[in-house]
Amino acid sequence: MSEAANPYLLEVESVSLSFQGVKAISDLSFKVRRHEICSLIGPNGAGKSSLLNVLNGVYRADAGWLHYDGERFDHLEPLEAARRGIGRTFQNNALFKKMTVLDNIVTGLSKRSTVGFLAQALALPAARAEAARFRERTEQVIDFLDLQAWRDVPVGQLAYGLQKRVELGRALIAEPQLLLLDEPMAGMNADEKVEMSTFIADINRELGTTVVLIEHDMGVVMSLSAHVVVLDYGRKVGDGSPSDVKNNPEVIAAYLGTVH
Amino acid sequence: MGLFLETLIGGLLAGTMYSLVAIGFVLIYKASGVFNYAQGSLLLFAALTFVTLHEKGLSFPAALAATVVVLIAAALLIERWVLRPLANRTQITLFMATLGLSFVVEGISQGLMGAEVHSLDLGIDDVPVFIGGLMFSQFDAVAAATAAVLVTVLALLFNKTRIGVSLRAVADDTRAALSLGINLNRIWQIVWAVAGVVGLVAGMLWGARQGVQFSLSFVVLKALPVLIIGGFTSIGGAIAGGLIVGASETLAEAYLGPYIGGGITPWFAYFLAIAFLYVRPAGLFGERTIDRV
Repeated sequence: MSEAANPYLLEVESVSLSFQGVKAISDLSFKVRRHEICSLIGPNGAGKSSLLNVLNGVYRADAGWLHYDGERFDHLEPLEAARRGIGRTFQNNALFKKMTVLDNIVTGLSKRSTVGFLAQALALPAARAEAARFRERTEQVIDFLDLQAWRDVPVGQLAYGLQKRVELGRALIAEPQLLLLDEPMAGMNADEKVEMSTFIADINRELGTTVVLIEHDMGVVMSLSAHVVVLDYGRKVGDGSPSDVKNNPEVIAAYLGTVH
Repeated sequence: MGLFLETLIGGLLAGTMYSLVAIGFVLIYKASGVFNYAQGSLLLFAALTFVTLHEKGLSFPAALAATVVVLIAAALLIERWVLRPLANRTQITLFMATLGLSFVVEGISQGLMGAEVHSLDLGIDDVPVFIGGLMFSQFDAVAAATAAVLVTVLALLFNKTRIGVSLRAVADDTRAALSLGINLNRIWQIVWAVAGVVGLVAGMLWGARQGVQFSLSFVVLKALPVLIIGGFTSIGGAIAGGLIVGASETLAEAYLGPYIGGGITPWFAYFLAIAFLYVRPAGLFGERTIDRV
């Protein structure tokens, strides 16, 4: 289907997921437009991270479908999701701690590699050309995210906020069509949050990347996103523009508790 | 002092033979988190294939190249029929699978190539040589040099190539590696093939020393204390562990043996390993696993 014919990059259709009988997501449906920033909000345990894990195939939904870029899936394997242009970051940084910033970011290009193991082992010209190309691309991402100063530092030694930025870079380098960010600003101070918001907005605007992100800071969510989906106990309780959602009584109840 | 140094150097050199075996385990443990019980059988299979092809009239390099091709094919088959169907299962399931695999590999080896003992002559005289008044084994020195070359090649491979970066990524966080589009199956194929080639080198050296025969697969049992001491996740640890085991067991035999009636070599490594488990359960260079919360 062409881009014009289908304005939605991602459609979640009646997805349910449970862990040993406990429902994490029940019959959830929503759509994400191409090139928009969509935030998932909701209290802890609402099923936000579980949903992100379903979207890139880490979890398999018990029921329902995902429509991605015009195709319908009942399940995507993580490798397949990556190949189709879905990039992500994790809630608790899943960086390769002992590797440098540079090496971490370059792993994001793994699926782009066309040079086989033997060619790499023997350092054939094709392998060296590819390594140079990847290196150049990595430097661009490092520049974009202002990580030059830490290029050769093992990421395990970096402050948490910087690690989050490296993880963003690792996802970004593959030029994903859909970027899933699981609490990209958790544990950051106000300045770091502003900086990270700017990076996400830039990525969205300059590269046209569609972003689905989980965030708890309402200020960030309201200023960054065009579309907000609210989850509570695995169900959708709100879906719309930030201002719609803010005034939705069910959303207020989910966050503040209902007065009985 | 001369005797002490000779014993120490002899032990260290012999220890590199243990390290060679242990490295094969480390590679597979890093990539797939499983103690590959079949490493010993693969080592035997590799050495036996080489000897058989060589006896059938292939020249030394031709037999070596053909054996490497066979090992790559074996790695592809193992990945496809053993590892891939069991991906995401528990460690004990994978361990049991490699246990089964070891018997299958030995059975196939015996069926195809027979059970007799083959002698293997690598053209290295196992005679003592004297350097600076100290005597040591020429064969052990060649084995140690081989280990050094092998480790250098592996280090270059895993630090300088992008596949190496991918391997380290998989070893560190498999879930994140998959989400980046790193093809885990391909990594397993490569690692098992490389571990097979490492097994071939170890098998040829061990086979030249004690004959290529089925008891060769028992060298896995000697690699176990090496891994416990050095750590399961570090090639450097496998080297250090092998050196410690080699040196300590020969020193123990020479200096404690007379008091307790000798015969220390077969068990001293295990004694040492248990002592290490008390004080440093992850081994000298191993990673202490800390679970994320």
